[in-house]
Amino acid sequence: MTPKLEIRGLSYSYHSLEGETPALSDISFQVNPGEFLAVIGPSGCGKSTLLSLLCGLAEPEAGTILIDGKPLSQSKDRIGYMLQKDHLFEWRSILSNVSLGLEIRKCLTPKRREELSEMLKAYGLDQFQDKRPSQLSGGMRQRAALIRTLALKPDLLLLDEPFSALDYQTRLSVCDDISSIIRENGKTALLVTHDLSEAVSVADRVIVLTARPGTVKAILPLSFPSDHVLSPMERRNTPEFSGYFHSLWKEMKRNDPETS
Amino acid sequence: MILRPRNAPVTQESISPAQKEFLAAQLLHRRQVSVSRVMLFILFLALWELAAAFSWIDSFIFSSPSRIGRCLWDMALDGSLFVHTGVTLGETVLSFLLVILLGLAAALLLWLFPTLAQILEPCLVMLNSLPKSALAPLLIVWLGSSTRTIVTAAVSVALFGSILTLHTGFCQTDPEKVRLIYSLGGGKKEVLTKVLLPASIPLIISNMKVNIGLCLVGVIIGEFLSSRAGLGYLIIYSSQVFQMNTLVASIIVLCLMSVVLYQGIQWLEKKVSA
Repeated sequence: MTPKLEIRGLSYSYHSLEGETPALSDISFQVNPGEFLAVIGPSGCGKSTLLSLLCGLAEPEAGTILIDGKPLSQSKDRIGYMLQKDHLFEWRSILSNVSLGLEIRKCLTPKRREELSEMLKAYGLDQFQDKRPSQLSGGMRQRAALIRTLALKPDLLLLDEPFSALDYQTRLSVCDDISSIIRENGKTALLVTHDLSEAVSVADRVIVLTARPGTVKAILPLSFPSDHVLSPMERRNTPEFSGYFHSLWKEMKRNDPETS
Repeated sequence: MILRPRNAPVTQESISPAQKEFLAAQLLHRRQVSVSRVMLFILFLALWELAAAFSWIDSFIFSSPSRIGRCLWDMALDGSLFVHTGVTLGETVLSFLLVILLGLAAALLLWLFPTLAQILEPCLVMLNSLPKSALAPLLIVWLGSSTRTIVTAAVSVALFGSILTLHTGFCQTDPEKVRLIYSLGGGKKEVLTKVLLPASIPLIISNMKVNIGLCLVGVIIGEFLSSRAGLGYLIIYSSQVFQMNTLVASIIVLCLMSVVLYQGIQWLEKKVSA
């Protein structure tokens, strides 16, 4: 099976007049189709850099990124990117915010419009499509941002700490919503986060990165035996959850001069 | 200033006695402020008139409200009031529109080509800090004594500051929003039309508010130096022939004009943000 995303020997450094800051060094891993992968690591381990490279906002200095076995440059529009904040534009209504991507790619056909209003309905936002973003709650805004990303029908979703701007309670429920939406649609997802429990509650596998420059420290597969796919909230109540949490915590602390 | 809570849903049955009391107190306070303003104005005029009538001040130099009123009436009757006001207003509006157009175009160009902005930065800073009245004699030699000179003077007063302000604002566009546009498959053109321009509307309007005042300053400076009509000409002319009534009347008309122009932009702001 060709992996959905394959990364080989990826390196990247930031340059300034003061000198060079290596952010990522020789990162390799793959994500299988339909898999939910989480990447965690201490702050400054190059998590966001990794996402920038993946969606083509920056060029890697070394290494290759393959999507379905093809170079990234050929399949850029198959990737959807969700940022930390929703960045809904206040001067646009919710409907016109979620259609922004289609508008930019000039494929806002009546059929696509129809699909959009169905998505808004499915995610409980159809009442709010003519409202301004400031009239929505944080959770609703994040769902609208997800619809804006999904409207372009990406195969691979990159999530850059998409819940970090929300308060704790909203965060848990939005995390539940979004992970079920992603799983129902059979999307492949890569979540970058610094929240260990969030990673354990949503992912199929977790990759732990080292501090700057980021390298792959460990890969931890998670399995939660059950007759159905558990939601993040249900996972938090399983006996396995705390076990995984502690092994991730230990992995993070291993050889770390700051915390050990 | 009127204190009016926007979008406040006020339904009769939802008002508690305490809220009613609060609202009544607020209303009373607002009335007191407006009444005091009018009283202060009337008191000032009355004192001025009395002082002139009882010769506490020399009414030939300081004029008086009644003389100014008569002067304005005479000027309105012979039409000269409207000619001079119209000339100044026309020049101000023309130079304002030019400043907005040129300022926006130049700021966008500098945003599109950051290297150009780096190269031109010292020139812009220098032109902005240069006292533009120093240029006026030069402009008269270059362009002659005409409306063209006055408009150029007014544009030069406001333009460079406007370019710098707009360009700085454009460069402060949230990089995350730019990132969003790129991640959705857009480029610099989409950043411009979907993020930069809509997000900059408040900046452009506040810039307009500054510019309308500066353009008026520029037009008056221009008229002081070279013109046959306009309020600036009227002020200089009447000071030279010691017609203080005309002079003060012109200043009052100028005050009213600047208020009307400013209100016009506030009206535009409300239209845009509604």
